[in-house]
Amino acid sequence: MKILGSEITPYKTYLNRRKFIKGSLASAMLATVTSSAFANHDSDLSIYTKNLNENDKLNSYEEITTYNNFYEFGTHKKHPHLNSGNFKPRPWTIKIDGLVKKPQTFDLEKILSNVTIEDRVYRLRCVEAWSMVIPWQGFQLSELIKMAEPLSSAKYVQFVTVFRPEEMPGQQKRTIIWPYREGLRMDEAMNPLTILATGLYGHEMPNQNGAPIRLVVPWKYGFKSIKSIVEIRFLDTQPETSWETLAPWEYGFYANVNPNVNHPRWSQGTERRIGEFKRRETLMFNGYEKEVAHLYKDLDLTKFY
Amino acid sequence: MFSTRNFNRSKPVLFILILFPSLLWAYQFVTGNLGVNPIEKLMDELGLMALRLIIITLMITTLSNIKPLKSIVVLRRMIGLFAFFYVCLHFSTYIVLDHFLDMKFIIQDIIKRPFITFGFISFLFLIPLASTSTNNMIKRLGFKLWKKIHYLIYPVAILASMHFYVLVRADKTEPVIYMGIIILLLLHRIFKRLTRPQLAQ
Repeated sequence: MKILGSEITPYKTYLNRRKFIKGSLASAMLATVTSSAFANHDSDLSIYTKNLNENDKLNSYEEITTYNNFYEFGTHKKHPHLNSGNFKPRPWTIKIDGLVKKPQTFDLEKILSNVTIEDRVYRLRCVEAWSMVIPWQGFQLSELIKMAEPLSSAKYVQFVTVFRPEEMPGQQKRTIIWPYREGLRMDEAMNPLTILATGLYGHEMPNQNGAPIRLVVPWKYGFKSIKSIVEIRFLDTQPETSWETLAPWEYGFYANVNPNVNHPRWSQGTERRIGEFKRRETLMFNGYEKEVAHLYKDLDLTKFY
Repeated sequence: MFSTRNFNRSKPVLFILILFPSLLWAYQFVTGNLGVNPIEKLMDELGLMALRLIIITLMITTLSNIKPLKSIVVLRRMIGLFAFFYVCLHFSTYIVLDHFLDMKFIIQDIIKRPFITFGFISFLFLIPLASTSTNNMIKRLGFKLWKKIHYLIYPVAILASMHFYVLVRADKTEPVIYMGIIILLLLHRIFKRLTRPQLAQ
């Protein structure tokens, strides 16, 4: 299964491509007024599609950026797109604390200069039974974890989203307990599939999708892939996570995509791929079974859902 | 101004107004203008419309207690039947567009998922209401029995609002408002009944 962006784009090339995109956007706007505002990304999609599974098709930039859940900007799936205009993702820092050699705060630019940005085309499966295929740009979380130097006693990683109710109108209402928190077991966090994404379709991460930096864990339901991260904590016990705290009978800590484990609200056996008419079967671990099934071989997945 | 005649006269306009959204959504659906997830959008809009119409029929009964507005009750049947119309569209969107007539799956879904169970029972209860909504039926059943059957609108409204409440993941404000309105309308009826002078048995 071709799912990994095995072709690595060095960060410099990535920046150059971004410049090129900006340039072509300007000329495209001069050339034609009628062309959609969403068509401003790299028009050569082969860099993404060559890593695509034959059953998958990329979702459009418009689909990815106008329909998603990010309760910080409102509970409807159009709200992130409509309400995220005032969010300021720069400058940005990430605080590293908990069981590490030395707690510290990293400047995002400093992190980015130490990592390799790659293209990763992943399926995203929402717990609400819809899915997309998204070309992310990012780097392996394991790279940042190495920079953070966790102690051997660290067994879990917790992530925290920024809390800025003045820029994130959804946070003015207590729909969930802010700030949003998520977590992974250390081996899940170190898995090569787990990335911190800083862009999609060659753009800097749009505000509505979790600017400037978010987690992407493609074999878990979308709510695990926490957005706009400001803090990463290393812990020896399983951390509390937002949705699990709100409704533990519905959302578990693991939240692995699993068509065999029922959800009280949505059947997880099938899903609607955005852009398609008929539902399709949901795959175990969202189709990443080969890469991650070994992490759970001793775990009863019906109990630890 | 609020005469029976005037209310009857307003019916054709009201008919078109209430029918219009369904035509608009159908048109938008066919032309691909219902957004990124059109089936979900269609189902949500139809369901919400049905719930609102159900609540309006309850409100009409309450309003008709106000002397000058007595005649408003002539609008109730049409709005009630429209509620049924939108529920049918909502339910068939779920069955045909969302699940492609996969009956095995759908039956499982209705049994296993409480919010679908609530919605389905609400739909079932609406069937006797809709099918007895003719003058002829009132005559055939007798007003007393007919009225008893139409008390089903109370479980219908409560189940429909619960269907919505359970579906919403976190911000329950909107379904709670609908539930609140329904409860107020029901309390008003109970209050009226308790304070009504007893009829000689």
